[in-house]
Order: sequence, then structure tokens, then C-alpha cells
Amino acid sequence: MLYSEIRLMFVNCLQEVFALEYIVEINGLGMKYQSLNGEINAIENIDLSVKKGEFISIVGPSGCGKSTLLSIICGLLTPTSGHVLINGKSLRGPSSDVGYMPQKDHLFDWRTILQNVLLGLEIRKIMTDENKQYALNLLKTYGLYEFKDKYPYQLSGGMRQRAALIRTLATKPEILLLDEAFSALDYQTRLAVTDDIYKIIKKENKTAILVTHDISESISMADRVIVLTSRPARVKNIHEIKFDCENRSPLSCREAPEFRYYFNAIWKELDIHV
Amino acid sequence: MSDSIRNEISKERKEYLRKLKLRKTAILTTQIALLVLFFISWEIAANLKLIDPFITSQPSRMVKTFQNLYKGGELFQHVGITCLETIVGFLLGTITGTVIAIILWWSEFLSRVLEPYLVVLNSLPKVALGPIIIVWMGAGPGSIIVMALAISLIVTIMEVLNGFLTVDQDKIKLVQTFGANRLQILTKVVIPANFGTIINSLKINVGLSWVGVIMGEFLVSKAGLGYLIIYGGQVFQLDLVMTSVIILAIAATLMYQGVAYLEKLLVKNNGH
Repeated sequence: MLYSEIRLMFVNCLQEVFALEYIVEINGLGMKYQSLNGEINAIENIDLSVKKGEFISIVGPSGCGKSTLLSIICGLLTPTSGHVLINGKSLRGPSSDVGYMPQKDHLFDWRTILQNVLLGLEIRKIMTDENKQYALNLLKTYGLYEFKDKYPYQLSGGMRQRAALIRTLATKPEILLLDEAFSALDYQTRLAVTDDIYKIIKKENKTAILVTHDISESISMADRVIVLTSRPARVKNIHEIKFDCENRSPLSCREAPEFRYYFNAIWKELDIHV
Repeated sequence: MSDSIRNEISKERKEYLRKLKLRKTAILTTQIALLVLFFISWEIAANLKLIDPFITSQPSRMVKTFQNLYKGGELFQHVGITCLETIVGFLLGTITGTVIAIILWWSEFLSRVLEPYLVVLNSLPKVALGPIIIVWMGAGPGSIIVMALAISLIVTIMEVLNGFLTVDQDKIKLVQTFGANRLQILTKVVIPANFGTIINSLKINVGLSWVGVIMGEFLVSKAGLGYLIIYGGQVFQLDLVMTSVIILAIAATLMYQGVAYLEKLLVKNNGH
């Protein structure tokens, strides 16, 4: 008990000293849902800090409150206790610094790819020529420019995911939240898309938080893997992921000898029984 | 693009296409033959006095009645009035229904409050409201349009509201993360996602409006196809009744096809 208190003080101290380094700070976060059948304690006392440019994965048993955590960071849910700081500012409602990537691409069938990509600018009412040009450049850089006037159903699954990512990037968020992203894709496509999206995120130098139940995916992409307990979700352990390979990518990581070690450690912590 | 378009057409494919075309022609020919056969046997049976043309009418008399209506200039007047009433009725039904559905989507409280009333109104046979409508609106086209509206409105509200409520919640979540307010959720997601539902209710409403208009004309009117049918029945002129029914069938089909064509134009780009 004493040890954990000292550790907390130490962490807090460090955070204050390096306050600017952390782009996301979560302190004492708790979330309780009310329903007719009673109270659900989804999240309890989560502390978490994310550095600029870092890639964080959050894994946990299914139904543990991972998605709730993400919804809170999105600003869609107000936590019942604790708070979230984005760039040192307390979060109130959806922030323009945060971009959200849902499970499926959710491109709108009735809009062309370009119109889909401009959705965020349109809703935030920041459709300036400069921002529009930025979105067009993203389409050019990532090979979708010639498809800009096509409709989503005319694109392959991988291209749709790219378009969805560009839609998120177009509003220039600093932090990307990936909510079980790609999990709607079949396995082979998913491996390729994961690699593709990872490279884009690194190239654009974004901070990313990935929520997933796929241990391999979490290790292959992340600098740190946060393991959550079952409900109410708390931080069980944090794994620093380090690979010796140059030009790290999700696919190359899977080849690395350390990969299995991390996998087993996390697998044991998740304590999954059938 | 499929292989068949890029490559030269193979022998098997030619054969397949030829069979497909042949079958299509066979179906169309049979359809037309059936219709022609029906009218010819009707005519012959009436001429041979197998059936009494006074009660059943017969095609040659119907043609004569049609010509008389046409010469007297009444034809277009009657068809025009009925079509106009129907179009006004179904446009009003669709627009009002959609607007009310939007209001109910906006306020969950209101929609919960009004739910039992909608269920009762939906179950009620609207024709029963006929006498009330006539007393309130007078014996004119107003009553007929209100009748058509009464029949189509509740169905539209329920259909469209149901479409609104089944929009993928994740799509709404996505625009919310961009900071969308309720109006933006409505205009950027809910309405475009339900474009098909609204067009579909337009299609249903055409049919329902015809029911309402003819019902209304039976009750009050002095003109229109419904009036011709009820008048013909009263003076025992089955030629007039049968002719009007056939004109009605053609007009209703044309209007339905028109809406179907409109649908094709409008949802062309919605994929799938």
C-alpha cells in the first residue's frame, strides 16, 4: 500500500515536471452506468499518460470497458469521476485534437470518396480552401486521388479503410483513437491494412491509441501495451514493447523473436478461460 | 468489371444471352396474348349472349363509351381531376408524414407520448372518418384530398420514423466525434441514410392515395373517375363503370411507374 502511494506520488511528480511531454493525461478516471437493473461500474480509477507521437494499445477481456474508455477520451461520454487532459486542457465534449476511427470504415454510401473525406471539415464548419487542399493532398499522397469521385462501394476493403483514415486525418487531429479498427475485415486483408494504416500514422507523426482484443495486433503496432482487468476496468499492467529490428512495421514485428515473449506475458495476464 | 465485358464474347456466353432474350420475349408475348384473349372472349361471349352485356358490358361498348367521353371533352376533365387530387394527396401525405417523423425523431419524449395515439389511428379504418371529413370540409375536392391524406399519413409517419430510428448508431457516433449537433446528425446522416425509405413511402403512398381519392369521390364528388364509377353504377350503365375502371387502372399504373422511375433516378448513386 505504502509502496503504491509512493509510486503514485513519484509518477505525479514526474508528470508535473514533464507536463508538456504528455499529450493525453488521464487521472483517476471512473465511469458508472445507471440502468433499471442497477449500477454498472465500468471503469475504476484509471491513470494513464500518453506521450506525443506514441502508439498505445489497450487490451482487456471482452466487455471490460475498453470502448467506454475510448468514448470518454472522444468526449462523447462524461466520466463520473476523474478527468482527461488533452494538451493540458480539460476535455469538455468532442475535441478537435482527437480523431476517431470506428470499427468499420462507415463511409457514407451516398457520398463520393472526396465528400466522405470532407465530412469532418463540413461538420466542424472549417471548410477553408487550405483545409480542403490538405485533404486533397492526403488523397494524393495515399493513392486515392483518382478515386475521389467514386462511391465507397466501388472501392476495395483496404482502400475504404484508407479513405476512412484520411477522413479522420483531414481535420488535423493530433491524437487518433482506433476503436477495434479493422476488426470487420477478414484476416489477410486485416494484416495488410494494419501495416498500411500504421505506416500512414507514423508518417503523419500522430499519437495513437488503439483499443483491441487482438493480442498480436496490439503488440505489433504499439510502443506500450496497457492491459486492463475485467470489469470494473483498471490498469493491470503496462508493457513496454521494444523490437531490435530497423524500420519497424506491424508485419516485420511479427517475425521478431521477442514477439512470442510479449504475447505469452500478455496472454497470461488476460487470464482467459473458456 | 467482369471478364465477359473485357474479353471477346465466347460461344457459351452468346448462347446464354440468346436463351435469356428468347425467354424474355416468350414471357412478354404470353402476357399480351393473355390480355387480348381475355378481351376477345369477353366480346364473343357477349355477342353470343352467353353473358348479358347489360350487366357485364363488353369491349366494343366500352370503346364507344370511351369515344363519347373523349368527344364530349369530359374524359380529360375527369381523369385530370382525379389525378390532381391523387398527386396533391400523396405529396401532402409524404411531406407532412416525413416532417412529423422528423419532429418525433427529434423529441423522444414526444414520440413516447404520442405512441399509443399513433397505434390507435393506424388501426382505425380511415374510411370511417369519411362522413366527419365531409361535414367539416364540405362536399368538394378538399374533402377528397383530406381523405387521401388520412389514409396515407399515419403509415408514412410510422415507416419513416422507423427508418430514422434504425440508422446505424456507429455512423451517428462517428459524426458526433466531429462535434456534430442534432441538426447536423439529422441532415448529414439520418435523412440521407433514409432517402430510400422516404422514396419507398412515396411508392406506398401513391397506392394509398388512389384508395383515398376514389373513396372520397364515391362519397362526395361531382367529377372524377370515382364519380363516374359510382354514377354509372347508380344509373345501371355498366359500360361507363367498366370503362372508368380500366382508365383508372391505366392512370394508377402510369403514376406508380413514374414514381418508380423517379426512384431509379434519385437512388442511382446509393450503390448496392
